[in-house]
Parts: sequence; C-alpha cells; structure tokens
Amino acid sequence: MTILEFSLPVCGSSLIAGLIGALTGLGGGVVLVPLLSLFFKVDIRYAIGASLVSVIATSSGPAAAYVKEGFSNIRIGMFLEIATTLGALLGANLAARVSTHAIAIVFGVVLLFSAYFSRKPRSQAEREVPPDPLATRLRLNGSFPDADGPRSYNVQHVPTGWALMFGAGALSGLLGIGSGAMKVLAMDQAMKIPFKVSTTTSNFMIGVTAAASAGVYLNRGYIDPGLVMPVMLGVLAGSLLGARILIKVHTKWLRLGFSLVIVLLAIEMLYNGLSGRI
Amino acid sequence: MLPERRWTDQRIENILGNLLRAGVLLSALVVAIGGVIYLLRHGHSAVDFRAFRGEPADLRNVHGIIRDTLALRGRGIIQLGLLLLIATPIARVAFSIFGFAEERDRMYVLFTLMVFAVLLYSLVGSA
Repeated sequence: MTILEFSLPVCGSSLIAGLIGALTGLGGGVVLVPLLSLFFKVDIRYAIGASLVSVIATSSGPAAAYVKEGFSNIRIGMFLEIATTLGALLGANLAARVSTHAIAIVFGVVLLFSAYFSRKPRSQAEREVPPDPLATRLRLNGSFPDADGPRSYNVQHVPTGWALMFGAGALSGLLGIGSGAMKVLAMDQAMKIPFKVSTTTSNFMIGVTAAASAGVYLNRGYIDPGLVMPVMLGVLAGSLLGARILIKVHTKWLRLGFSLVIVLLAIEMLYNGLSGRI
Repeated sequence: MLPERRWTDQRIENILGNLLRAGVLLSALVVAIGGVIYLLRHGHSAVDFRAFRGEPADLRNVHGIIRDTLALRGRGIIQLGLLLLIATPIARVAFSIFGFAEERDRMYVLFTLMVFAVLLYSLVGSA
C-alpha cells in the first residue's frame, strides 16, 4: 500500500469519527484507536499517539463551543487538572511498560463503559446541597446562567472527585482518549456539580490532560507525523462540520447507533487482546 | 461571589477560548502544509504501521523538529504543527497563571503553576 492509498481512507474515516463524535457528544477519540488498529492494522501504540493528538484538536478547537456560554467553571477545571495531568503522566508511562494485549483489553472494557454511559439518562434534577467546607475553602462553588437568571451551586465530595479525576487522567494517558465520560461522571455524580457545568468543564479539561501525556508520547516516538496528519485533519474537519449541523439533526437514533458500534468495537478489541492478536 | 470577580472570570474565559481556537487552527494549517509536501514527495512510497519501530530521534524533540522544519522536510513540518497543537493547552494554562494573579488569587496561581510544571515536565523532562 502506498502512503496516498493509506492516507485518504484514514482521513475519510477520521472525518466520520469526528463528525459522529461531535453530533452525539461522545467524542470521536474513543473509536479512533479501534478504527486504526482493527481496520487499518496500525500498531496500537501509533494509533494511541494519533488519537491523543486528535483529542487535543477537537477539545480545544473551534468546534468546542463552551467557553463563551459561561457554564464552565475554570476554578473547578484548574483544581482537578492537577489530578488529571498527574494521572496522565502515570498512564503514559504505564503505556510503555504494559503489553499491547493488556492495553487492548483495558480499551475494550472502557469502550463497554462508554457505551453504557451514553445510554444512561442524564441527571437533570435540580439539587439543593449544602456548602461543603473543603469546596468552599477551595472556592469551587459557582453559578451558571439559567432561564431565569444565574443559578448557584455547591460542590461536594472533593477528595472522591479528585481521585476519580486522577483515574480519568491515567486512562487518557494509557489509551489516548479524552475520557470525557469519566470526567463528567466524577463531577456530575460524585461532586454533585450540575450536568451542564460538568460537561463544559470536562471539555475544557480534556485538552490539558491530553497535552500532559502527549509530551511523553512525543519523546517516546509514538507520534508518527505520516499517520497523525490524516487522522488529526480528518477528525478536526469532522468535528467542525458536526458543530455546524448539531442543531438540525435528531441525535437520539444516532446516539443509539453509535453506542452499538462502540459495543461491537469493544468485543473486537477484547477478542484481539485476549487472543494476543493486538 | 462578588459580581466583579465573576466578570473577570468570564473575561479570562473568553480570551482563553479565542487563544485555543487560534492555536488549533494555526497548527492544523502547519500540519496541512507539511502534509502536502510529504504526500507530494513520498505519496507513492510504501507504508507500513503494522510494526512499531518508534520515531527517529529528530522527530522526538523540539530541537530536532525545528531543524527538520528548516530543512523543509514534510514530516518535520507536520511534527512542528503537532508541537504547536500540544503547546496550545499549555499556553492556556500559562495564561491562566496571569489571570489568577490579576485577581490576586494566590491559591489558584499556585494550583495553576503545578499544572504548568507537570505539562512542562512531560514535554521536555520525560525524554
């Protein structure tokens, strides 16, 4: 296969992954590694490097329309980024030490979790929780614009949330994904932060978390320009396109379809990892 | 929370958002330019990512990437674009340090410095 014959289909598939990722809000990163390693027979370490770099592009890029809405809380984000970046360093170092079979198996499990998470109903209920002393001292409590003026919220269970964020960072560094689902879980479920604030703050954090392991990956030689070029440009174009048509499409069936694809990829990754093919 | 501080937070967030957008678009442009050179020169060579070999030393660090870029090598230019992409969130964190300092929030200046240190270590210290 020549470089041109390889780059064009890889770019096209990455575009579709980025597009569906943006439309469903699940992120394209989680399908990139299975796509590259299962269908394009790319070594999983190169695939992880390419995916991680693309995650930075989609989470920080023009498609990430979260900053100007006033939902994200930069103090929560920055405080938790201490955990995610340290976790990401650990994950990226683990990636060099564990076998590719083990990475494929962990990846399969995380895919199954993502599919489950995407089907779970969102907790939209209004919570009235008392202020937590630690969260108050860390100035994590905030407010966001609601239909009838700004609504304030209190943050709970800071240590649990911090520990979960460390785990999310480690998974991001090990697998080259944004691990947005786990970040939202930590904020929304554990720390009782409103869902909209959780998702926008999570998006805000993904790029910084990914940058923490991308440096290690670059130094280790996992980032191949010939592979990352079509992947990154494709995913970015797809997510830009997705952000434009986001309002027009009905995402319910798309989300269902995408989670089915994720389950199939999970089974394939688990099979390949357990049988030693990856 | 004081309304004045919220306004400043909002302003910081807006500047950060624009910074991120500009950084990602610039890096995509550089990657695309490198990609065109790479495909024009090597488009018909054989490719194989099946076996992991690791990148050559010059594509692994800032110094080598800049040298390759100056020599107008496609892979070097792509890697420079990717380096810009990795630097974008790092620049965001660096800017936040000044933002929190402006608000005289010492605790968050410290937190942000910690994140910045981890990012710098990853990029230059982890080799």
